[in-house]
Amino acid sequence: MTRPSLAVDLAGIRLKNPVLAASGTFGAGREASGFVDIARLGGLITKSMTLEPWKGKPTPRMCETPSGMLNAIGIQNRGVAHFISEDLPWLVRRKATVIASIAGNTVDEFAGVAARLAAAGGGIAGVEVNISCPNLEDRDNMFAHSEAATARVVSEVKRALPAVPLFAKLSPNVTSVGDIAAAAVAAGADGLSLINTVLGMAIDVNTRRPKLAGTVGGLSGPAIRPIAVRAVHEVHRAHPGVPIIGQGGISSAADALEMILAGATAVAVGTANFINPRSALEVAGGLSELMASHGAATVAELVGAVELVG
Amino acid sequence: MSASLVMGEVLSRKKQGEDYYSLTVVAPAVAESVAPGQFVNVRPVGRTAHILRRPFSVYRVHKQGGWASTFEIIFDIRGPGTEELAALDVHDKLDVMGPLGNGFRLPKKHSRCLLVGGGIGAAPLFFLAARLREAGHRIDVVLGARTSELLLNAMDARRLASICRITTEDGSAGDTGVVTDVLGPTIERCGSEVVYTCGPHAMLEAVAGVCGAAKLPVQVAVEELMACGFGVCMSCVIPLRVRRKKGGSGSGGVLYARSCTEGPVFDGSQVIWSDHIAAPDTIDLASELVPPPAAPPRAQHVPAGAGAEHSPPGN
Ligand SMILES: Cc1cc2nc3c(=O)[nH]c(=O)nc-3n(C[C@H](O)[C@H](O)[C@H](O)COP(=O)(O)OP(=O)(O)OC[C@H]3O[C@@H](n4cnc5c(N)ncnc54)[C@H](O)[C@@H]3O)c2cc1C
Ligand SMILES: Cc1cc2nc3c(=O)[nH]c(=O)nc-3n(C[C@H](O)[C@H](O)[C@H](O)COP(=O)(O)O)c2cc1C
Ligand code: FES
Repeated sequence: MTRPSLAVDLAGIRLKNPVLAASGTFGAGREASGFVDIARLGGLITKSMTLEPWKGKPTPRMCETPSGMLNAIGIQNRGVAHFISEDLPWLVRRKATVIASIAGNTVDEFAGVAARLAAAGGGIAGVEVNISCPNLEDRDNMFAHSEAATARVVSEVKRALPAVPLFAKLSPNVTSVGDIAAAAVAAGADGLSLINTVLGMAIDVNTRRPKLAGTVGGLSGPAIRPIAVRAVHEVHRAHPGVPIIGQGGISSAADALEMILAGATAVAVGTANFINPRSALEVAGGLSELMASHGAATVAELVGAVELVG
Repeated sequence: MSASLVMGEVLSRKKQGEDYYSLTVVAPAVAESVAPGQFVNVRPVGRTAHILRRPFSVYRVHKQGGWASTFEIIFDIRGPGTEELAALDVHDKLDVMGPLGNGFRLPKKHSRCLLVGGGIGAAPLFFLAARLREAGHRIDVVLGARTSELLLNAMDARRLASICRITTEDGSAGDTGVVTDVLGPTIERCGSEVVYTCGPHAMLEAVAGVCGAAKLPVQVAVEELMACGFGVCMSCVIPLRVRRKKGGSGSGGVLYARSCTEGPVFDGSQVIWSDHIAAPDTIDLASELVPPPAAPPRAQHVPAGAGAEHSPPGN
């Protein structure tokens, strides 16, 4: 049998392999580029950027938990202008496939970032909309927790930046991720990213204080993989035509294949990058071997190929 | 970027006193390039429950002509990560990322350097002392700990230093008290021109305070919680007072700098110690970090008033 092909079509983006680096775990590529040739990654989803620089939350911002970690970073970033002037030209020179992640506290802020990216005139293959942000206009409820707010952000970003595929990044902290997915797709999302971190909390029993200065934070790493697989499976069943970037706890080729079988067209590696910045490449390499053992010639034929019993 | 990702091999593991363990690791790529104050982020192979690496200052290096050079780390047991490291055996593999961080800045011309270390935090100062000595600088040391058992390598400290002051809180060795009790007089007696310090946060703050009053430059090596260690996660930040870059548009103010990348060594006069937990509300991220000045800067005016912070619970 010939070597299986890792190339995938993700909502119109040609990826050389289906393994991306997840937002917030790879910066804009510079720091990790000492360890890995970022041109060889399936793609790089940048740290979420906002209209103005965000300072982030006080420390401690992270704590390790069994098979995972909690973080409350607060999207510290230097803003979209810095991304466009400093990071994007560098990424283009390095021939990285870039999906720009954007965030905001109001619909206008999201749309503003999208408009700046549109005006920058190219360099990005797609945009991921991080709607796990508090909505100032709705008592700080997360956009991702409301169908209406999700739809508004998605449609405004799409209007400001129609040229590239839009992925709405959904939160697992909702009653029905399928309903939010439906709202995002109806509002114009070309694809979905599943999942963002799972809300959690840890307390230091000696000091009786939360381990994070932000009190609660987002859980990531292997601990959340089953939650992600379930969410991807559910959304893929409901919207089989909508491409999904599956993420949450992936650190091996088998983990990636699991996510693909659940319905992901591509996957993103997050927390595993902290331990090994070559994780995404190594996962892609291993996936090729796994596909061969499954007799699969393309990734596409494995997407959603879980065999349900009964 | 100079950091490598290598599989090291444990050459030896020693217990030092009652509480400290040291590991000497064969990893030429790291040992040959690491500078004092830089750190390694390590992980025994095949772990599953504790997924993250653990950061440690390099305590000593032994160059063996390139092919077998080693670095040494020294630590006390705090939790599962250090417990696993203490249980490693000779020939065991250790996954090493490093060298990471900026490291101490060595003086350009001959200087009288005072090294101030507390407990296990003194570890990087021994590597620093070795390099300072090679470069012909004068070294004085203040070494402190809760009790004599926890003094890190007092023998080497005495050997390396022109003047070595020891303090213990229980009086079991040297003066009874903490390092800052003897710091002022020691600075005067030694005619110190620059201070290097590493240890618990409260000690660093106190040392920086004494040096600030004495108008002495002080380089502090901080320890913050780190998820990645190479600059992508933004976990490890520390608030710094920064000045505007020449020609920059920012107003200066407070910046959350990454202690794994812009640090772990900072100009002690730039660190905002008291705001460590509470978020300073005057942040101007657009202003670039100004490198630590050679002389202590005059007090910076931090502009007041900025909007409330709104950021998500996660990420
Ligand atoms: C730049 C740097 C240099 C360091 N150098 C040394 C050294 O030379 N010798 C030494 O004994 N220790 C050093 N530390 C602290 C050392 O990293 C921690 O003691 C160790 O990570 C504890 O892990 P654990 O699993 O045993 O403890 P746990 O408390 O169970 O660890 C839980 C989590 O907290 C983190 N953590 C716990 N304590 C610290 C701490 N003080 N600083 C940073 N992260 C912490 C761990 O990395 C882990 O993610 C250094 C830390 C940093 C950031
Ligand atoms: C430290 C940290 C920072 C993150 N920052 C962002 C971010 O800025 N934007 C975003 O959409 N997701 C962010 N995430 C979420 C990840 O992109 C990813 O969706 C999540 O961590 C699940 O994947 P994992 O288990 O492989 O890490 C962050 C995660 C971590 C651990
Ligand atoms: S530890 Fe990740 S940025 Fe410093």
